[in-house]
Amino acid sequence: MRQRSLIAITAALAAGALTLTACGSRDKGGNGSDSGSGGTTVTIGVDAPLTGDLSELGLGIKNSVDLAVNQANKKKYVDGVTFKIEAKDDQAQPSSGQANATAFVGDSNVYGVVGPLNSSVAQSMQKVFDDAKLVEVSPANTSPDLTQGPNWQTSKSRQYKSYFRTATTDAIQGPYAAQYVYNTAKLNKAFIIDDKKTYGAGLAATFTDEFKKLGGKVVGTEHINPDSKDYSAVATKVKNSGATVVYYGGEYPQAGPLSKQIKAAGANIPLVGGDGIYADDFLTLAGSAANGDLATSVGAPVETLASAKEFVANYKAAGYKEAYGAYGGYSYDSAWSIIEAVKKVVDDNNGKLPSDARAKITAAVQNVSFDGVTGKVSFDEYGDATNKQLTVYKVTSGAWKAATSGTYTPSS
Amino acid sequence: MNELPQQLVNGLLLGSMYGLVAIGYTMVYGIVQLINFAHGEIFMTGAFGALTVYAYVLPGGTSMWIALPLMLVGAIIVAVLVAVGAERFAYRPLRTAPRLAPLITAIGLSLALQQAVWAWYPEAKSARTFPTIPGGPFNIGNVTIQTGDIFLVVVAPLSMAFLAYFVMRTRTGRGMQATAQDPDTAKLMGVNTDRIIVIAFALGAAFAAIGGVAYGLKYGQIDFKMGFLLGLKAFTAAVLGGIGNIYGAALGGLVLGVAEALSTAYISDIPGMDKFGSQSWADVWAFVLLILVLLFRPQGLLGERVADRA
Repeated sequence: MRQRSLIAITAALAAGALTLTACGSRDKGGNGSDSGSGGTTVTIGVDAPLTGDLSELGLGIKNSVDLAVNQANKKKYVDGVTFKIEAKDDQAQPSSGQANATAFVGDSNVYGVVGPLNSSVAQSMQKVFDDAKLVEVSPANTSPDLTQGPNWQTSKSRQYKSYFRTATTDAIQGPYAAQYVYNTAKLNKAFIIDDKKTYGAGLAATFTDEFKKLGGKVVGTEHINPDSKDYSAVATKVKNSGATVVYYGGEYPQAGPLSKQIKAAGANIPLVGGDGIYADDFLTLAGSAANGDLATSVGAPVETLASAKEFVANYKAAGYKEAYGAYGGYSYDSAWSIIEAVKKVVDDNNGKLPSDARAKITAAVQNVSFDGVTGKVSFDEYGDATNKQLTVYKVTSGAWKAATSGTYTPSS
Repeated sequence: MNELPQQLVNGLLLGSMYGLVAIGYTMVYGIVQLINFAHGEIFMTGAFGALTVYAYVLPGGTSMWIALPLMLVGAIIVAVLVAVGAERFAYRPLRTAPRLAPLITAIGLSLALQQAVWAWYPEAKSARTFPTIPGGPFNIGNVTIQTGDIFLVVVAPLSMAFLAYFVMRTRTGRGMQATAQDPDTAKLMGVNTDRIIVIAFALGAAFAAIGGVAYGLKYGQIDFKMGFLLGLKAFTAAVLGGIGNIYGAALGGLVLGVAEALSTAYISDIPGMDKFGSQSWADVWAFVLLILVLLFRPQGLLGERVADRA
């Protein structure tokens, strides 16, 4: 009996302590507007997977937004406004993403959010942000549904007025990969694998359509369970199908082991994927099996664009522990589109944030146009980036090397 | 080309890993009627124990042939310490409590162990690379066995043989059997049941640790979540084979592994079933099999008695 009451007291204390900490951090956020150099503080939220399998990409996003905010503060880009970031971890889970979105909406200092990484997470956040007229700019979501609606192939319709993205969509990325595989790499028998997530399945479907249209043959399809690491049965099927190329719609935590196990099963054929596998961790996970594998990624290679050299140099100088990754440039541009919009709104209102600042900033993001790290940054009527540049990367002696870069033109 | 032999081998290899972990579930259940849901995490800590030995204890570039036995020892030490600690501080105080209390404790412990590794193990927030055995794959006919799997092929049967000997032939093993049958009478006959329970936890943890090393060698990476799904599968294997029976755990693991491999490979070939045959459905078929087996043999494949005290 005594022991039981002891447990109860401990539990009560622990719960109390947790509540207190939670309150503490919220208070700190609330007082944010009074601090700084006498001006207004504008918080830009960041939502990305900061822990777990996809944290390499997520931390790259967070750091890049942090860099954008620091640059804006350093240049005193918007008079009287100090920017800061507030990063939340969504663990790539739609439920966590939605909880984070609600928290951002509740914090009156947040005037824009960069993120998330995953299309499936974005689906759970869009409405929360739209109801609050809080602008959300994703550097990485590629699912066409998010902007153009579930029937985007036949009738496009804008889903949420507060949602924008700097990344290009699967509607372009999948077909672009198919054209490269069929026309340039001359591989015509494909085995299609996806992870059944919004991103992966969408990519696999658009690849398949274009590949068949070009005259390629799909010799098999598979859906893997992303929680499992044993793909030996799938690898054996791939080997026996006689495929000359594997297309994988999904992300690197599964793509790495998958590539490795397919090669180990004796099928020495390249694995092709989207920007979700374009990560250094893919190379680590797949080991030497990665050589020859291909990935498409949105935009031109960040390192080669003149506008991007400054970003890369500043990122290095800032000394972040993690690489900026596949979405660093897009995250930087996403943050800047919010900063530009804040500047516009503040300038139009005699140097002060208006009372309906969130709605005004959302409207202003729609009309931004500036030269960013990834090229010209502006948004079309659906909230998609107008920049449709794509690059194919190939693993050559253990590193990603740009193979070709261009804009997608639909095949007739 | 006929892919059946290769798919059988894939399934058997996966299944022997399930079996190694399932033994821990079945032994602990057999003796204290506790479903130790933290066992998947003990498997995970074992793998991290092995990685610790390789990455932080041994000098860089140590040959795998020297490193592997030491890694195995490290894995077993860590897993056994965690399991014995869990028994002593989490389960023993609740031994006379209602059955649900230790079960919930086990679930809590499982989450706590995951988060502890996530928070404190260096760079464990995403997957960590595990050393692999050098050398190419082996081909027997048109069946390929990966180098990393050789470990499973050798170690899984050996461990099983050792366990059978230990339980059937040694004094402690017979004490375990006695405690499983009737703890009170065993105590009256002079069996130190507390010690037997600790040994059951330790032995189960050691097997899980071997499984953890096998997992690392097979897939080349380990992460803090690896124990969750595998633990669930191993538990399924233990139930399938007949919980409380160590041979059942091994058999259940193998059956489950083969069922998964074959359903991935062949169900999509059945006309009209192409939507239900991919690897993401393999788990569903595995559980369909479990339900079918339990319908006709509620005690599991090799189970002898219905769990009467659960």
